[in-house]
Amino acid sequence: MVGVGERPFPPGDYDVVVVGSGPGGLQVAYSLARTGIRRCAVISRDDRPGGMFRRFPVYQRLISWTKPDAPVARGTREYEWYDHNSLVGDVESHQALTPLFMDRELDLPARPEMESALAEFAARGEVQVRYGCEWESTRIEGDGFVLATSDGEYRCRACVFALGMTEAWKPPIPGLDAAPHYADTRSPKLYEGKSVFIVGKRNSGFEVAQGLLPWARRLVLASPRPVDTAVLAFSPLRLRYLQPFDEHVRGGSGSHVVDASIERVERHDGGYRIRTRGTTWKGELTLEADEVIAATGFRTPLQDLPSLGVATVHDGRLPAQTPYWESVSVPGIYFAGNVTQASPGLRKHGATSSSGSVHGFRYNARLVAQRIAETMFGLRRERRPLEPAEVVGFLAGELARAPELWSQKAHLARVVAFDPAGGMRDEGIVPLAQFVDHDDGDACAVAVEYDADGAIVPALYVRHGGRLAEHVLPPHPLHAFDGDDYRRELGARLEPLLA
Amino acid sequence: MEAQSANVVETLASLSLFGDLTYPELEAVAHTFEEEAFAQGQRVLRQDVSGGSFYVILSGEARVVIDGEERAVLTRGDFFGEISVLTDTAPTADVIAATVLRCLVVPAHDLKPLMLSRPSVAYRMLQIEARRLRAANTWSG
Repeated sequence: MVGVGERPFPPGDYDVVVVGSGPGGLQVAYSLARTGIRRCAVISRDDRPGGMFRRFPVYQRLISWTKPDAPVARGTREYEWYDHNSLVGDVESHQALTPLFMDRELDLPARPEMESALAEFAARGEVQVRYGCEWESTRIEGDGFVLATSDGEYRCRACVFALGMTEAWKPPIPGLDAAPHYADTRSPKLYEGKSVFIVGKRNSGFEVAQGLLPWARRLVLASPRPVDTAVLAFSPLRLRYLQPFDEHVRGGSGSHVVDASIERVERHDGGYRIRTRGTTWKGELTLEADEVIAATGFRTPLQDLPSLGVATVHDGRLPAQTPYWESVSVPGIYFAGNVTQASPGLRKHGATSSSGSVHGFRYNARLVAQRIAETMFGLRRERRPLEPAEVVGFLAGELARAPELWSQKAHLARVVAFDPAGGMRDEGIVPLAQFVDHDDGDACAVAVEYDADGAIVPALYVRHGGRLAEHVLPPHPLHAFDGDDYRRELGARLEPLLA
Repeated sequence: MEAQSANVVETLASLSLFGDLTYPELEAVAHTFEEEAFAQGQRVLRQDVSGGSFYVILSGEARVVIDGEERAVLTRGDFFGEISVLTDTAPTADVIAATVLRCLVVPAHDLKPLMLSRPSVAYRMLQIEARRLRAANTWSG
């Protein structure tokens, strides 16, 4: 234990260094500490957990649910599916901490409630962090890394960056620099009676537009890509987000949603002139506005990692990652938190992961910790042996209730290995792409997926004698994938392995 | 060492598949579909696994492998996955990144709207498919 006034993890040599103390950093630190890796340091520039929730007060509420009361008991593994915002613990007292702080005004926790739950998780799970220690630069030395920080140098074999997408990002549109970013927007009252042009038509664009509806004289939202109402419709705050779009569709309300490429933003005495060109219609359009807001999104503050060779995607906004959330180009650099959305997995029928939200990335972080322990430090996690008679029931139960499979559809899978010498073992939760792409002997995996029509379906993958077979089972109106029909089907498909 | 990603719009503009699109149209394509980067050796398309997408290579190289045997090497501007999407069947080959590989990913349900809304892209695709077919016939004949 660290004494009062002492800060943990002084600069020096470590096995693994985690950077960040948001939900991604805390989850990976918690999980690493339980793998048996001896020397893991956690550093953060913040002064306490969840800094993002203080720096961006614009997010007043999370947009993913936590249901304080649910069909299953709080604190159980199954309950995690009903609580998308708590981090996951290995013992019941570390589980389901977000509902403890919720006022139940909505089933979406407010920002301070989320922050309290993170601090509680860190306290109960004894997650130590060296706060006030800012990572400044990085270099590769020997078979490891050196992180230079405001407190000194940390040497390690692997590092996990849980940096969030916290840096305001603007596309290189001439003149857009003069306009404030969404992150810098102030009270809606300041826009009273003004004509406002918003660059961007995703969540943040509509969120700010909705806030300005009672104040602004005129609102125009524009970006090259047409509005994806299906994506907005899946946001729990859809009523709020869709209101400006609804007014545009009804016409003549002073709210307009335009598909256009923004060629230039010109500042003049009275405001701004914005020159645009249609993307889904032909022609040019020049608009005048009193104010321009760039609701153009965020990027990961990767600092000097790209110069080390860390490949990025989306105009440098996210680090490109393997199915185990390792840099595709610099082995030993791993990621945690919402940046893990840049590892979309199999993308079956176009569906990506839920790794942009806590309920998805909390599981990724747990797997990253296990992966580092097994592949870099030879600390093999124990596998539970299974009797042949229990395999089908176990897999059916996972399909019906496993929070990992339900949170990360077609992305995380439950794997059972069939070793002719060692019997059957539960290999745990594994990225589905990892299972499909690597032949580690006879085994099977189950995942919950969407089919081509968007129905939720169970899927079974069987590897036998080096060949992989995919079996997508039919949907069920109540998603009761542990029913007799499913068990029979699983049993039939697994027969060659169970024999 | 991996170079920084070039601007996706600029890259698309240099590929023959998108050669007839105006800059705003290219921007709409770049903003609608995601870019994905793969590690060397990572699988992009999987033989016999359903639900695949259409991929256009922005940079790097990929190997086409059928039943473990390499059949072709794909490079910048090449595309794959369209046969599987258009015929609604699982791919008949694996496509594996031979270097760090960057692709534009068009999910299956978005390919038809893309081809119908940008007929010049559909025409270029057909032209390239026709060349592939002729090359395959010439080779086997």
